[in-house]
Amino acid sequence: MKSHILRPLWVVLALIGITLIARAIIVPPDFGIHEKGYTYGWYRKGNEEDWKAVKIKYQTREYCKDCHAVQYKRVVSSRHAKVQCENCHSPAIDHPEKPEKLNIDRSRELCLRCHAYMPYRPVKYAELRTGTITLKMQDPDTHNPDMECMSCHSAHDASFK
Amino acid sequence: MNFDRREFLKAGFKTILATGFSLGAFEILRPEVLAALKKEEGIRWTFLVDTTKCIGCGMCVRACKLENEIPYEVNVSRTWVERYVMTKDGRIYADSPNAARDGFIKNDPMGTMVKKEDIDKAFFVPKLCNQCENPPCVQVCPVGATYQTPDGIVLIDRKWCIGCGYCIMACPYGVRFFHPVYKVAEKCNFCYHRINKGMKPACVDACAFGARMIGNIRDLGDPVARIIKTERTAVLKEEYGTKPHVFYIGLDSIVR
Repeated sequence: MKSHILRPLWVVLALIGITLIARAIIVPPDFGIHEKGYTYGWYRKGNEEDWKAVKIKYQTREYCKDCHAVQYKRVVSSRHAKVQCENCHSPAIDHPEKPEKLNIDRSRELCLRCHAYMPYRPVKYAELRTGTITLKMQDPDTHNPDMECMSCHSAHDASFK
Repeated sequence: MNFDRREFLKAGFKTILATGFSLGAFEILRPEVLAALKKEEGIRWTFLVDTTKCIGCGMCVRACKLENEIPYEVNVSRTWVERYVMTKDGRIYADSPNAARDGFIKNDPMGTMVKKEDIDKAFFVPKLCNQCENPPCVQVCPVGATYQTPDGIVLIDRKWCIGCGYCIMACPYGVRFFHPVYKVAEKCNFCYHRINKGMKPACVDACAFGARMIGNIRDLGDPVARIIKTERTAVLKEEYGTKPHVFYIGLDSIVR
């Protein structure tokens, strides 16, 4: 066979070879078909570990209770027992190292998220150990509109100061 | 060919037997049957939302955005809360301002003040990724960047995602969005980093009303699995055949 026919063939074969070698180098060894089969399980296995390594920011009340035992006990025995500390105090992350101080939200808007009156909010609240209580709701336009909630109410006790 | 009655009956019987047997084999090898026969082991994460308990405070959305570093001021979120208000004249108001990041503090569905007397029914519905058993978003990915883990969570490989957006289009529930910082597809993963360390997702912890629950549907002793198996629960858009694994208590037909 003439070389002008063979030459492009060698070029094509070389290109295929280069592509295969490059693919073997670039594609990580853990990329392939895993437990869920080709349809749903064709991926890089190492990525599962990447997601597991994401930093936890919301540490939950268990993280707070040893240093802030007084406030912890107040809250868990109040009607705010199911409200997490970090819902108002912002995520702890690595507190007390980083951040040293948490950014506490004392705004009226935060209280209103639960306590603003709306006709379709469930009135009965039955998540407490002590049983059913009513969800206290106020019309923010008529209930002391210019005052901060915290000037009369205590969030830790869920009652008046 | 000499073919007497005896031979004919014998051959006919054999044919019926052979076809019946091979059809029976097909029956046994049907994938659903095989899957049922196969003993499922390990964890299959499942979510349960009790919409009758949700009051629309939006603390779950806030916690999710901060926990998973979703830019707070951008109107994208892994989870959101929808408000449905159906009035007596049959009108349906459905809204989720800012994905309910700041909760619902006014009775103004879609910017209209609705009088209490005019309301037939109204409620809140939290939404998140359904972690489907047949995820259409995974099938369309051209590069293998999104996948299903053995415990049923659909994840996105940020290194492999090319940001083509096919998966965002494919999801019937609209839970996927484009991450404005990483420039890749983004979605809820039940806080994969938390559930693998024995914690609950940030939204579940943040909910003071117990409207959000997570469990393992393969564990018969799991309270969430028991509710799903023994009580009246529903899933969203069942007709799509995606087999979603977020179950709802108190779901209404007006929920889309």
